[in-house]
Amino acid sequence: MKKKLIPYLIILIFIIIFAVFYKSLKDTNIYTPETKINNDIPIFSADLLLLNENSTSTEIFEFDKFYLLNIWASWCVPCRDEHPILMSLSKNDKLTVIGMNYKDNKKNAKSFLDELGNPYEKIIVDKNGTNSIEWGAYGVPETFIIYNNKIIKKYIGPINQELLKEIQKIIK
Amino acid sequence: MKILKNFIIIFLLLTFNNLYANENSERNEITKNLRCLICQGQSVYDSDSDFANSMKILVDKKIGEGLSEKEIYIYFKEKYGDWILYDPGLNKNTYLLWLLPILIFLFGGAIIVKSFILKK
Repeated sequence: MKKKLIPYLIILIFIIIFAVFYKSLKDTNIYTPETKINNDIPIFSADLLLLNENSTSTEIFEFDKFYLLNIWASWCVPCRDEHPILMSLSKNDKLTVIGMNYKDNKKNAKSFLDELGNPYEKIIVDKNGTNSIEWGAYGVPETFIIYNNKIIKKYIGPINQELLKEIQKIIK
Repeated sequence: MKILKNFIIIFLLLTFNNLYANENSERNEITKNLRCLICQGQSVYDSDSDFANSMKILVDKKIGEGLSEKEIYIYFKEKYGDWILYDPGLNKNTYLLWLLPILIFLFGGAIIVKSFILKK
């Protein structure tokens, strides 16, 4: 009886091992970051660019309004590409575009906005990058859609025409 | 007298060293367990990328706010998910990872007991 069991056990173990490897063979090995959504926005207080004043998250983000938070920097090349799209989004009444200037210096940031236009209602200064980490960001550019103090959507990388349509659909 | 002088010098040197070594130890311990998400196979402690440097500053800030090591891990896990921790917790995605070694160990132990000890 015992001797009969052993071959079955070995076969069973092989089947389990096969199943595990077969499953992981089909998994993609390219890591795509988890976009955690429906998280509450962080509570922070930060300086504002161009206004020379301090503001807090509760002052910037009000309830029952759509906000788009865009993390950008003057040294970031893809930010240039998405800038026209942000400009067109800023004309939308239903959406308030907020900027976060990531690891930048004031002079360069200002000349960037003078050159390409300023789509942002307010710009949060993130001098050492900690503020963007509190938002759960990976780098620049990154865009969050916020409603009722919750992050409802997050885009890593520059926004393109396709995502623009998606954003317009969300805020409708 | 000379011995005493030498002793004092050595003592001072040793204590200064200790002060420096302990300065960032808590931060280093925490950042070694956090994955730098935009790097390839590096911890936040090892990396010098923009992301990692900001993480280090934020860890310092959280330590300053009085958060414990575990609370800091939970904080980052909420922001970035399980992947940021080098030591993943037990959940439905990782139960095999945690339980398989124990099962294999028990199975091997059972074979050894059966074939060597019980045979005698």
